[in-house]
Amino acid sequence: MQTTFPRLLLDHAKARPDAPALREKEYGIWQTLSWRQLAGLVKQIANGLAAAGLQRGEHIVVIGENRPRLYASMLAAQSLGAVPVPLYQDAAATEFVFPIVNAEVAFAIVEDQEQVDKLLEIRPQCPGLRSVWYDDPRGLRNYSEPGLAPLDALLDITAADVFDTEVAKADPNDVAAMFFTSGTTGNPKGVVHSHFTLLDRAQAGARFDKLTSAEEVLAYLPPAWIGQNIFSYAQWLACGYVVNCPESAATASIDLKEVGPTYYFAPPRIFEALLTNVTIRMEDASAIKKWLYKHCMDVARRVGPKVLDGHTVGLFDRVQYFLGNLLIYGPLRNTLGFSRVRVAYTAGEAIGPDLFTFYRSIGINLKQLYGSTETAVFVCLQPDNQVKADTVGVPIEGVEIKVDDNGELLVRSNGLLKGYYKNEAATREVLTADGWYRTGDAGYLDATGHLKIIDRAKDVGRLSSGDMFAPKYIENKLKFFPYIKEAVAFGDKRDTVCAFINIDFEAVGNWAERRNLPYAGYTDLAGKPEVRALIADCVSKVNADLAADEKLAGGQISRFLVLHKELDADDGELTRTRKVRRGAIGEKYQVLVDALYAGKREQFIETAMKFEDGRSGSVSATLQIADVPVNPVLKRAA
Amino acid sequence: MNTMASAAMTAPAVKGRHIGAVILDVRNISLAFGGVKALTDISFDVREHEVRAIIGPNGAGKTSMLNCINGVYTPQQGTISFRGKTFNHMNSRQVAEMGVARTFQSLALFKGMSVLDNIMTGRNLRMKTNLFQQAIRWGAAEREEAAHRESVERIIDFLEIQPFRKTPVGRLPYGLQKRVDLGRALAMEPKVLLLDEPMAGMNVEEKQDMCRFVLDVNDEFGTTIVLIEHDMSVVMDISDRVVVLDYGKKIGDGTPDAVRANPDVIAAYLGTSH
Repeated sequence: MQTTFPRLLLDHAKARPDAPALREKEYGIWQTLSWRQLAGLVKQIANGLAAAGLQRGEHIVVIGENRPRLYASMLAAQSLGAVPVPLYQDAAATEFVFPIVNAEVAFAIVEDQEQVDKLLEIRPQCPGLRSVWYDDPRGLRNYSEPGLAPLDALLDITAADVFDTEVAKADPNDVAAMFFTSGTTGNPKGVVHSHFTLLDRAQAGARFDKLTSAEEVLAYLPPAWIGQNIFSYAQWLACGYVVNCPESAATASIDLKEVGPTYYFAPPRIFEALLTNVTIRMEDASAIKKWLYKHCMDVARRVGPKVLDGHTVGLFDRVQYFLGNLLIYGPLRNTLGFSRVRVAYTAGEAIGPDLFTFYRSIGINLKQLYGSTETAVFVCLQPDNQVKADTVGVPIEGVEIKVDDNGELLVRSNGLLKGYYKNEAATREVLTADGWYRTGDAGYLDATGHLKIIDRAKDVGRLSSGDMFAPKYIENKLKFFPYIKEAVAFGDKRDTVCAFINIDFEAVGNWAERRNLPYAGYTDLAGKPEVRALIADCVSKVNADLAADEKLAGGQISRFLVLHKELDADDGELTRTRKVRRGAIGEKYQVLVDALYAGKREQFIETAMKFEDGRSGSVSATLQIADVPVNPVLKRAA
Repeated sequence: MNTMASAAMTAPAVKGRHIGAVILDVRNISLAFGGVKALTDISFDVREHEVRAIIGPNGAGKTSMLNCINGVYTPQQGTISFRGKTFNHMNSRQVAEMGVARTFQSLALFKGMSVLDNIMTGRNLRMKTNLFQQAIRWGAAEREEAAHRESVERIIDFLEIQPFRKTPVGRLPYGLQKRVDLGRALAMEPKVLLLDEPMAGMNVEEKQDMCRFVLDVNDEFGTTIVLIEHDMSVVMDISDRVVVLDYGKKIGDGTPDAVRANPDVIAAYLGTSH
């Protein structure tokens, strides 16, 4: 079945005109937009955009949170054969310059004053940007810049009705959307997808999990991220389910509980934050509740995953799990907003086995998937009942996988990108002549046909001893501890592995309070010897784990330090999707890396940092460096 | 949120808005508590849609001035006229009915009630149904409550406090409580808003947020704002005209730049050598 996004919209509007398409919480009430209303809105915006001069094939930038009218704007642009380019709403103004100039963008539809201000700030660098429309007029009444107008003005235009004829012209292989990858190095790259590539994968994913039009989804991640775009846009139109937009980013957890989604998607950090919250609140609970929680969670850990995977469980365990469900798991799922979840996915980063098992043990069907912007997300998914913490599932229909001689994973499917926009060289690097996409990930299919990812292929290095060094693998193992928020491992072409640790302020702060350990802010807490001892304990456990792995035993961490500031995307230390930029961090904190390898006990550092409001300042501290015992490599000897 | 940028962007826009005729005129006000003269012969006016600041060192009589306008104190001498009508004896309720709302320096919120309920109390003046109807919440009372709830929700949206709608006010941090206090005053849909040290005790970020909300209120609803403030930089950034009090006397009045250059004001703030 080949179709386009606007045609799917019209199909839904015709088949189920009064069924809800989008909901948005506004003024404390969920406001519903039916498929018919949505189609009407899209038509109006499309006609307005056509009258404003938006041409077939031209790009239009969309910046904002998940808002019904921004979704409608993307559909409207696609109806005209134009290409919506969603950008990250929390990006700094200067980060918009490259995409806008690169894609020769003349039109932008944005959410509010914050985004308008950013676009006006960079306007001198983007001379091609002609018109900016905004959804929320608050604070913008007195702006008189040329080309700036409210979205309502676009709706009011009495324009010629070109909607139906333009929709009919579209070919499924036309470009449907472009996503700029966050890019750990250099300029971001525009990933070009057609209606067919996105919808083919969206539909394959929907068939895999038997999604229906009855699903409820909460859209709260940036729409510029293909993950959110697939779940709340491509699959939304493919299945015709309801997408709910939270009131604001800050109310997402409250709204989650109200909506009770049946199909849920989040990167591991969201699940981690939820669990940290539960753990902290449980520690403040009364002794009886604590005991009950501990006891029930022990049962859940033992029995829960088996129940979810459909294995047979002894009668006594079944009774215990039933009672636990009544007393703890059910209410907990309800508090988290997961009462109705039928399928939940996590992707983007590796998820800790404890974290993963926690959600599965309380009866939430949490699964992992593997994919990227370039593959329109769906490559491997974990089937129900066959879920393992350390793999990412089986290739789904239409996907072929192979591993090349260097251990790099190659993928072939209908969902592969058409190319990087205006970047032939980069396209040739990732797309082979016979249609394979180089993922850049090192991994392999295990005996049961499940894919296991180790690290980025280019990041896998060697210690000077020749032992394999997989930094991400080590960092993830560290991050699985609740006290560690981020970790950065160094070791390529060096004798030993050393690491920077970022503590989790909330978890460690709580830990310190429980021990009556006073502290004055992040830097102070990070510098406490007690905290260093706590982290050293975590590091030794990781070393013990690594020692047990034949391939990676040589890469145990010998020294580490606790960083004095949180790694932040605003300081260029993380990507917008919160992945550590190992290279940039290594350069910025060169003195610390040198101190680690020079065997120093402490090192002074001063770092410039940017605050949330855009001002700059600096933090300085003298960091203590800790040694950790390295376990002898047992298996090598045998 | 990029508060700095938006505050900076709003500031020039505010300067461009239309400032109307005199809405509040204070003439020769004197107020004494027994032998203590809190205010002596103070006169100034407030124009419609402007942001008017009253500044001065501790004990200068700023809050007393606000309390006179608000009808809490009745001055021994002088008149206060609102939209050309002069009143000699007024109580707080009459002032509120005329469209003057205020916030408090030391918060006067109902700590155990939710944010929503606290702001709802600000609608009290506009409720037409009686206590009995409200108690059984039927017919007109129910319709009325829905209408009031809607306007309260608009304020919650405006002040960006949606996540705390149902949270008891006592559990919120100080900066947010101040915002709720502002929300309750806004619920009255006032013509003139009196703010008693809205930024006191806040950290820099909270102050910037509050500045933005004050300017947004002024911009969005055209509300005339009279504010007392300690922090000179805040006052100079957001107000159109400033009155300076010292020991109950007016020592300066004019635009922020004029006031900043006034030698009496400098003396009052920094002291002089004799």
